[in-house]
Amino acid sequence: MTAALVVALAKGPSDHLVAAGRRYDLIVTDRARKPYSCAVQGITDPPGLSAQAEADDAAEQAMLARLKARDEGAFNELVRAWSPIMMRVARGFVSTDASAQEVVQEAWLGVIRGLGTFEGRSSLRTWVFRILMNIAKTRGVKEHRITPLSSLAGDDDVGRTVDPSRFRPDDDPRYPGNWTPAGCPQRWGDDPESGVLRGEIRTLLSVTVEALPDRQREVVVLRDVHGFDSDEVCSLLGVTPENQRVLLHRGRAKVRAALEQYYVKEPV
Amino acid sequence: MSTERGLQLRCEELVELVTDYLEGAITDPDRLDLIEAHLQLCDPCSIYVEQMRQTIAMIGQLPKTQALAQAEQLPEPIREQLLDAFRAESAR
Repeated sequence: MTAALVVALAKGPSDHLVAAGRRYDLIVTDRARKPYSCAVQGITDPPGLSAQAEADDAAEQAMLARLKARDEGAFNELVRAWSPIMMRVARGFVSTDASAQEVVQEAWLGVIRGLGTFEGRSSLRTWVFRILMNIAKTRGVKEHRITPLSSLAGDDDVGRTVDPSRFRPDDDPRYPGNWTPAGCPQRWGDDPESGVLRGEIRTLLSVTVEALPDRQREVVVLRDVHGFDSDEVCSLLGVTPENQRVLLHRGRAKVRAALEQYYVKEPV
Repeated sequence: MSTERGLQLRCEELVELVTDYLEGAITDPDRLDLIEAHLQLCDPCSIYVEQMRQTIAMIGQLPKTQALAQAEQLPEPIREQLLDAFRAESAR
């Protein structure tokens, strides 16, 4: 490409290609801060995320204290909050939904029995899911379902995550495959993630995540809602790191699209 | 970083690499350089990456000890049994 063309590119009125001249801080979504994540230059842990992680830790500590104080309401709350994803994890190891429910039930019974002696050296979440995994694996062996489902078979797991009509066609004389003027993502206004989520957005997020295809929802819920790191999620779901990333990408892209619709339709 | 370099990657390709990028899973330095050159140059793609980052942060703010809306729950009788077991253990 010639220098003149480069200038023309930057000047074109409808062109989005501008030298932004700024760096994008990456985020490390693995809260465990895996060494490999930090190996890439420029990756930093943004203040917002670690603050969130700290708030999560505090909330978990509070929950554990209530459980140890034998607070029934706390137990009921946790069973409602975690059982859906626990059933999905269990379902990967056993043959039927009914069997998965029994595994989850058994896991909770294990939690009830173990609470008195649980010292909190690992997080509550890690402890509960470890109990779940042990039971699910044992049950899976009995049912001859040793290997969990791990294939990326669903129609929802292939293809593009952004509407292809938002990009210029392959035969575009100037920028094939780049955003069309109408297709460009618009900013969502001031820092929508800061502060407490508005009720409306919280509901939208919650409904959108729950409506994701099973495998994508499992990965997004474990990674982004509960904060498990990628290695933990791979072992909980029996997927490869590559598959885990594909599922995560597709799930997150759908949630982003739902937020986009919300923010662009309703100016903030 | 040259402009030319950033243009070697199409926007439609970049949007599919965002998660690998944010996960630190792009291990080929040349590939990583290509992505960063493109982001330096392309505002909409930078916005897209930023919005994925915001999306992750917002999902992370969903409460961890509350069920997602419409999540499939354990059947009511099983939850009742669990509560009974919790009470029984507390009474010991």
